[in-house]
Amino acid sequence: MSVRVETADFDLSREVKNLVGARTDIGAIVTFTGTVRDTAKGQPITAMTLEHYPGMTEAELERVEAEAKQRWPLQATLIIHRYGELKPGDNIVLVVTASAHRQAAFEAAEFLMDYLKTRAPFWKKETSAEGESHWVDARESDDSAAERWQR
Amino acid sequence: MTRLLYFAWIRERIGKAEETLALPAQLTTVGELVTWLRARGPEYAEAFARPEVVRAAIDQTHVKPTAGIKGAREIAFFPPVSGG
Repeated sequence: MSVRVETADFDLSREVKNLVGARTDIGAIVTFTGTVRDTAKGQPITAMTLEHYPGMTEAELERVEAEAKQRWPLQATLIIHRYGELKPGDNIVLVVTASAHRQAAFEAAEFLMDYLKTRAPFWKKETSAEGESHWVDARESDDSAAERWQR
Repeated sequence: MTRLLYFAWIRERIGKAEETLALPAQLTTVGELVTWLRARGPEYAEAFARPEVVRAAIDQTHVKPTAGIKGAREIAFFPPVSGG
């Protein structure tokens, strides 16, 4: 179980290898990578800057991870979220879940993404091709995606 | 003394990322603190012009406007989060 918030890029295959290590009891590994799109509302963007709340971000991601662990039989999880200035095509977030069977791994990965989007204190600012920047509003669709996990 | 933190456009409008203030003892909730902050100056009034789009955390945990602030060491204000 692990959470990292950093500016550096990540390497998917290396992260999975490190997470699994020498274990042979894992039957399913799901990875999700979120990347920076080159458009926002149909307009090209040249950069996306992520701000976060150091301390709370890690605490919130750990709470989300602990919740996933309670709900599904997970053998390992990893959340990496980047911050700072990113360019179109850059990685933003990595979620990895490992379980004996695929259903738990798929569901838990989706849950982690839905929950972190509505709870982890990150804010995105997009820079347009004209050099203007504006803050990205939270989406209502993110709230409804997270709400479907409530019980 | 309570440490107040501001993020994203709230930080930009207020013009600072954090400050440490002695909060009046009669303030009991996050909502009351927002009302009090709004009266501190035009930059605060602008940052908190629409309290319904301001989120808060006490000691790094999300809270509602009705949450009590007694004993809080750190209170943060920010827009709805947009990570992932």
